Amino acid sequence: MNAPQQSLLNDSRFRPWEPVLWLLAFAAPVLVPSHASIINEIAIVALFAVSLDLILGYTGIVSLGHAAFFGMGGYAAALFAKLVMPDPLVGLAVGIVTATLLGAACSFTIMRGSDLTRLMVTLGVGLILLELANKLDWLTGGADGLQGVVMGPLLGQFEFDLSGRTAAWYSLTVLLALFVLLRRVVHSPFGATLKAIRDNRLRAMAIGIPVNRKLAVVYTLAAGVAGAAGALMTQTTGFASLDLFEFHRSADVMLILVIGGTGWLYGGVAGAIVFKLMQDALSSITPQYWTFWIGLFLVVLVLVGRERLIRPWTWFSRGGKA
Amino acid sequence: MLTILFDGIAYGMLLFILAVGLAVTMGLMNFINLAHGAFAMAGGYITVLLMQRFGVPFLLCLPLAFIGSALLGGVLERTLYRPLYHKPHLDQVLFSIGLVFMAVASVDYFVGSTQQIIQLPEWLKGRTELGSGDWMLGMGHYRLFIIAVCAALTVGLQYVLAYTRFGSRLRASVDDQRVAAGLGINVNMVFLTTFAVGSGLAGLGGALGAEVLGLDPSFPLKFMVYFLIVVAVGGTSSITGPLLAALLLGIADVAGKYYIPKLGAFIVYSLMIAILIWRPQGLFVRKGGK
Repeated sequence: MNAPQQSLLNDSRFRPWEPVLWLLAFAAPVLVPSHASIINEIAIVALFAVSLDLILGYTGIVSLGHAAFFGMGGYAAALFAKLVMPDPLVGLAVGIVTATLLGAACSFTIMRGSDLTRLMVTLGVGLILLELANKLDWLTGGADGLQGVVMGPLLGQFEFDLSGRTAAWYSLTVLLALFVLLRRVVHSPFGATLKAIRDNRLRAMAIGIPVNRKLAVVYTLAAGVAGAAGALMTQTTGFASLDLFEFHRSADVMLILVIGGTGWLYGGVAGAIVFKLMQDALSSITPQYWTFWIGLFLVVLVLVGRERLIRPWTWFSRGGKA
Repeated sequence: MLTILFDGIAYGMLLFILAVGLAVTMGLMNFINLAHGAFAMAGGYITVLLMQRFGVPFLLCLPLAFIGSALLGGVLERTLYRPLYHKPHLDQVLFSIGLVFMAVASVDYFVGSTQQIIQLPEWLKGRTELGSGDWMLGMGHYRLFIIAVCAALTVGLQYVLAYTRFGSRLRASVDDQRVAAGLGINVNMVFLTTFAVGSGLAGLGGALGAEVLGLDPSFPLKFMVYFLIVVAVGGTSSITGPLLAALLLGIADVAGKYYIPKLGAFIVYSLMIAILIWRPQGLFVRKGGK
């Protein structure tokens, strides 16, 4: 085995602290039963952020429309449960497949142009879907949202209860499964080519990486994972609304990822925990104006610098490249 | 039909004035400023507050809205934006989204979330109709006023950019900052002025458009997309590109909402995506340059 293979393998191994972390996460719904629903939400948002990390952190595509896939997966799963059958796992699969197909279709839009073009196109796709979900009210319930989604028991025996414990475990399991999968992906040779594209697209092309094909594959994959997150969201809340597609979702998930750190899969998870807890705390203090503090946080974050924020002792020293 | 065309043109002109500042910051200075709508909202609220609380006449409010948002833009440029010119686009996007969130929440806090209504003076309220039948042209006086103001501004801008010393300095600074600085052009000052004027125009657009577009705290988010479309589709190298893009967008939007209301904004977004896939740099790109 040669050195690069060895280093990729080393990176993809689990560290000793990781199983402990996951065990803690799975124990959390029992330890703090009153917060099971927020744990569920954190798991979903974390999954969503991890999927964005795949294209933003690892491949360097700036996207403002990731909610398109989130909403697509969510609506697909909810409609499937309402119209066809209520089994959650099949619904999840339907959500993932639909979002993946959409991702494959949209992957052609991100290959050309500059950051601005990509921002606009991704944003546009999200808005088109929002508009569609709004206007096709015979199917989606329009602005009122899709009501009456009843989920069957998980694996035929675990009912979704009111306390949200089953929901939390369900979401955590899906998060863990997809997390392990994505971890394999980013530490594979394929993942290495993605990073090469992120760092210097021209050079990547010059050493023979088929850039467009890789971009299409990773975008599709990320769309599928975001679809899974959306499906979990509608399945555990039993409700799908236009909110799934809204712009603030795309903005929030980007923020989450940046708080946690891009290009590091745990970044999405850490960001989701911090963001959700912060949102919970802030919105209980100022229910209407918490977005102000989120905005202020963002501005400070960028001005101070993302790397320097976690190292407060460098704030007042001059230097760096600024 | 002509009426729709007319309304579309008025709407497009308005969008152009709102977006032209953004075209400059985003296209020329290469800064992705999603917070542009916040300046427009500032202009709109300055007008509304002046008229409601202090009874200032509408015509006087417009220049005040311009000055107010220009000052705001200038101050923010100097303090917050300038350090970010050379940061990655992701940082700029995050920063400006943060600003938008703050602006939305603050306006909500200080003014309230209800939609604000502007009382137009009597002479702007009427409507003139020409011809009859299918070819009837109904012109709202206020829309006529908007078209007149915007056309005058467009001509003025084009003149400033193409024929004045300031215009050539700006073009030089944009093309190559270092060489421009070496020639003795105060690049920082040029950018500061440009940013302030761009924000001022946005504010003026917001003041003019408050009646047509509606004004509430979600304004920057709601219309951000439209500004961005104008800039992205029009290309950012000239004034003509965004102008044509704004007119196209305005007409498509008004006509689409009139003829096929079921589809709503769907048409505009699809049009944008199609154009951007076809020409990623926008419709009108200056040859040469970088």
